[in-house]
Amino acid sequence: MDLSYSPEEQAFRAEVRAFLEASLTPEMADKVRQGHDTLTKEDIEHWHATLNARGWLAQNWPKEFGGAAWNAVQRHIFEEEAARANAPRIVPFGLSMLAPVLMKFGSKEQQDHYLPRILDGTDWWCQGYSEPGAGSDLASLKTKAVRDGDHYIVNGQKTWTTLGQHANWIFCLVRTDPDAKQQEGISFLLIDMDAPGIEVRPIILLDGTHEVNEVWFTDVKVPVENLVGEENKGWTYAKYLLTHERTNIAGVGFSQAGLDSVKRIAKAERANGKPLIQNPHFAARIAQVEIDLMALSTSNLRIVSKAAAGEAPGIEASMLKVKGTVIRQEINDLARRAVGPYALPFPSESVDGDNNPIGPDYAGPLAAQYFNYRKLSIFGGSNEVQRNIIAKTMMGGAGR
Amino acid sequence: MNFDLTEERQMLQDTLRRYLRDKYDTETRNTIIESDDGISAEIWAELAELGVIGALFTEEQGGFGGAGFDIAVVFEELGRAGVVEPFLDTAVLGGRLIAATGTDAQKEVVEQVITGGAHLALAHGEPVSRYDLTHVETTLTAEGDDIVLNGRKAVVVNAEAAGHLIVSARESGAVHEAEGISLVLVPADAAGLTMRGYPMLAGGRAAEVTLDDVRLPASARLGAAGQGWGPLSDTLALAHVALAAETLGAMDSATALTNEYLGTRQQFGRPIGTFQALQHRMADMLIELEQARSAVINAAGYLQSDTRTRDLNIAGARNLIARVGRLVAEESIQLHGGIAMTQEYELAHIAKRIVMTDHRFGDADYHLERFIELSAA
Ligand SMILES: Cc1cc2nc3c(=O)[nH]c(=O)nc-3n(C[C@H](O)[C@H](O)[C@H](O)COP(=O)(O)OP(=O)(O)OC[C@H]3O[C@@H](n4cnc5c(N)ncnc54)[C@H](O)[C@@H]3O)c2cc1C
Repeated sequence: MDLSYSPEEQAFRAEVRAFLEASLTPEMADKVRQGHDTLTKEDIEHWHATLNARGWLAQNWPKEFGGAAWNAVQRHIFEEEAARANAPRIVPFGLSMLAPVLMKFGSKEQQDHYLPRILDGTDWWCQGYSEPGAGSDLASLKTKAVRDGDHYIVNGQKTWTTLGQHANWIFCLVRTDPDAKQQEGISFLLIDMDAPGIEVRPIILLDGTHEVNEVWFTDVKVPVENLVGEENKGWTYAKYLLTHERTNIAGVGFSQAGLDSVKRIAKAERANGKPLIQNPHFAARIAQVEIDLMALSTSNLRIVSKAAAGEAPGIEASMLKVKGTVIRQEINDLARRAVGPYALPFPSESVDGDNNPIGPDYAGPLAAQYFNYRKLSIFGGSNEVQRNIIAKTMMGGAGR
Repeated sequence: MNFDLTEERQMLQDTLRRYLRDKYDTETRNTIIESDDGISAEIWAELAELGVIGALFTEEQGGFGGAGFDIAVVFEELGRAGVVEPFLDTAVLGGRLIAATGTDAQKEVVEQVITGGAHLALAHGEPVSRYDLTHVETTLTAEGDDIVLNGRKAVVVNAEAAGHLIVSARESGAVHEAEGISLVLVPADAAGLTMRGYPMLAGGRAAEVTLDDVRLPASARLGAAGQGWGPLSDTLALAHVALAAETLGAMDSATALTNEYLGTRQQFGRPIGTFQALQHRMADMLIELEQARSAVINAAGYLQSDTRTRDLNIAGARNLIARVGRLVAEESIQLHGGIAMTQEYELAHIAKRIVMTDHRFGDADYHLERFIELSAA
């Protein structure tokens, strides 16, 4: 047992930190701090391009596809540093969801065509899995694709499509065999969002932000060469993709950055004439979550090192997901508590034309973010579904 | 012991519930929230007509209620429907404070409030006062027959709609002392008073209010010089009952919506309410909801008792409700899944109301500390 990072890993961390200091503008970091919704499409594209120029955008891709080929520990170090520096998050849909599927199951033509376009930002991908009737029970999806000569005709509706308003491509799970058993009649299709018959409608979330959408398909013609792998094998690919969706599932870097920020706020806020951080009840709340986070951080590293050694995480990923999201949500709860009555204003109004904040400059987005982050325990496989997986795996017969 | 509502209160509850069910759906409310005023003048007038405001005042004050249970009944219904109109600010914090302290001339405003013809706002909290309610830095200086106000008031709910603001200001004593706080009835258009208004996350509007040499006749004082804390804390006690009851009503809605959704939403070929993992969590919410209901009854029922008993029950109720509120808001969203995250769905607003109540006059920790102090005394 040795809890320290190797000299190479420490050097890597220094390199990442230096890069972030040199490349992340204070304006961009400030926007990230003010809440995810303040970043424009251009901001995100700009950040992707900055990373790509350094060769660090496709962190998990092998070298032959232009990736950085980082191992899990390196990715973890980057995530920690990036969260600390308030760097924008890398939009994962093309880079860490679709790309691994194309590399494993796509044709040579698909790989040659799509992968470079993901890297250079030509394409913005979104994920078309969920439907109004198919959430946790994803295999019950109804959007159908019917073969017609050298095309599929797609009809149906996807929902919760994150950043679909910016995307020009969507990867979808569609039903190609209505008679087969649920999981066996599903295919994985790549669809051009500019195709006639596609309509994107915004869904406004409870914090007033527009980050998800409904995507409607009416007789959309999709060339058969946009099928990934074999027809009716889409479920296998989707499951493979899900294992990739789970990198950074614990969100330790985000939680650490969030906790640091809560502490800074609690030092600045005053309660009964003393800094809030000296209030025994608030201090206890901070300590409690920090204790949990210290343990989670080590759990995460235990699993990350296994993954770096090539072992695929199983239920550990589910455990990290549940604990990681609960901790992140708790930290966001502390943040809104910390600012007292200044949690009440609506965030987008929290600065005036001259950029003067209503209350303390850190207060604006905190309550809205608290509500927005309720999503963490719902998406990416809800925490209930994760618990089902853990129980089924660990409890043998009794867990089924 | 009798836990039934009186006939009058039962009628009020029924009328109010029916009216809001018919008139105040999610879409209507979202339109109100997005409007410039953030309030519906029509709904305000109709609810005043139904006696909702009158019920919050005693007969002596020109109303027909005013006791803890009247306040609780009204606010539980307002909370159930997620009403964003400022009944707390205009009627309880504003109207009741003037009724308790004002001269006959000043009390004319109360009559207007009861008929729905005037809005009020309490400008008490300051940028660094947080929940520390005796912390008043705004100053009042007497100059001949005039008084002059200087300072800043933070998150003054309903300030823009109000014809008058009740401003607390320090006339003597140290910044955090109860003694020396005066109350002043300030016309919203007084020279030197400026506002920066903004909408709030859970609906309604507030403003940062700046008082820059606001000069008024000494007759603008509410009550005696430096003696404002007594009536202010009595009025805050009423407000705590109102906030607790409002949150209870909202929690009732949240659990009802969740219960219904669990019965209708199908995944894996069956209603999600058939999963025992979710049933137990629903059961826990319902258990805690009954605790909250009793806590509100305690707070309302002991409102007229001695100050210690009153405040102990209020601190207890608000602490309990802050805890249960967070549980109910978060669990209701979680058990719904994605749908509850959308602005169009009723629960989104209800959950925000529940949680944001925590930020008015004290969160769970603040009331816990108050309880500890009172209980040890
Ligand atoms: C902000 C946000 C962004 C999203 N982005 C995307 C995206 O880009 N692309 C995409 O395809 N999808 C996306 N999703 C959808 C997300 O994956 C689904 O919300 C998720 O799968 C849950 O489905 P549901 O919302 O329909 O809830 P439901 O599946 O209806 O679940 C409702 C409740 O029942 C519980 N439940 C369900 N089944 C069981 C069971 N067997 N046992 C116990 N409890 C159960 C759930 O845990 C939940 O508490 C997003 C969702 C959100 C909120």
